Amino acid sequence: MIIEPWLVQTFCAAIFTIGLVGLLVRRNILIVLMCVELMLNAVNLSFAAFSEQHGDLGGQMAVFFIITVAAAESAVGLGLLIALFRTIRAVDTDEIRLLKE
Amino acid sequence: MAINPIAFFVFGGAALAFSMMVVLKKNPVASAFSLVMVFFCFAGIYASMNAHLIAILQILVYAGAIMVLFIFVIMLLNADEPTFDLRRTSNVVKAGAVAFGLAFVVMLAIVFKKSNIIPLNAGFSSEEVIKLGGNSKVLSQLMFSKYILPFELTSVLLLAAIVGAVAMAKRKTGKSS
Repeated sequence: MIIEPWLVQTFCAAIFTIGLVGLLVRRNILIVLMCVELMLNAVNLSFAAFSEQHGDLGGQMAVFFIITVAAAESAVGLGLLIALFRTIRAVDTDEIRLLKE
Repeated sequence: MAINPIAFFVFGGAALAFSMMVVLKKNPVASAFSLVMVFFCFAGIYASMNAHLIAILQILVYAGAIMVLFIFVIMLLNADEPTFDLRRTSNVVKAGAVAFGLAFVVMLAIVFKKSNIIPLNAGFSSEEVIKLGGNSKVLSQLMFSKYILPFELTSVLLLAAIVGAVAMAKRKTGKSS
């Protein structure tokens, strides 16, 4: 039995969709950031699968750069989260309404 | 595609289950550890499709660095959540989310199944990469020749991210500092 490329891409789409739905449904900012990481991972696997399919290593280079950007993104995101927690003492997106009052 | 089917189904199934747990778990620590397992499963899939450097980077950067950052922040904030946020969500929203997700995945699966992608074979197929000295060697040579400009820009981005993260997370010490 051989794994068809569309099966790998569908798997990536499933992980991406789980991340997207979690991003929209959950209200804990930590979980939201984790869902962003999940989506980035799904796209990485998609790049690697296309790289394998086309015999071109550009896809794997893209994965390398996305991993770097994801590390920077999570560092900045968690820094923002700490600053936010100091301001409103909560990690809930429903509590972010500073402009409303 | 040259992936071991057993590896793909085992790692893929585990990755799907653990990524569901990331979204559904109440405790952020449980979500974080599920995410670690997802990263390890992805590393297994990368290794089985002959992307060895990416597999190791996945474990080092994601499961090592990023998850330590997450665990540190969870520990640092120690936020007690009085109610589970999914319990506050109405059932209509939950059902809508599940239906949207399933429809999206089925639509993409049909698109990927029906689309006829012709492999380009740009000169770096698995056999040729092995002949050139292995995945890590070929990828490193590409990184420092063809992709040198984005590589250098990445270092600038990382510097900016470090400065930004420290500036935002630093405790404000009032006028004395």
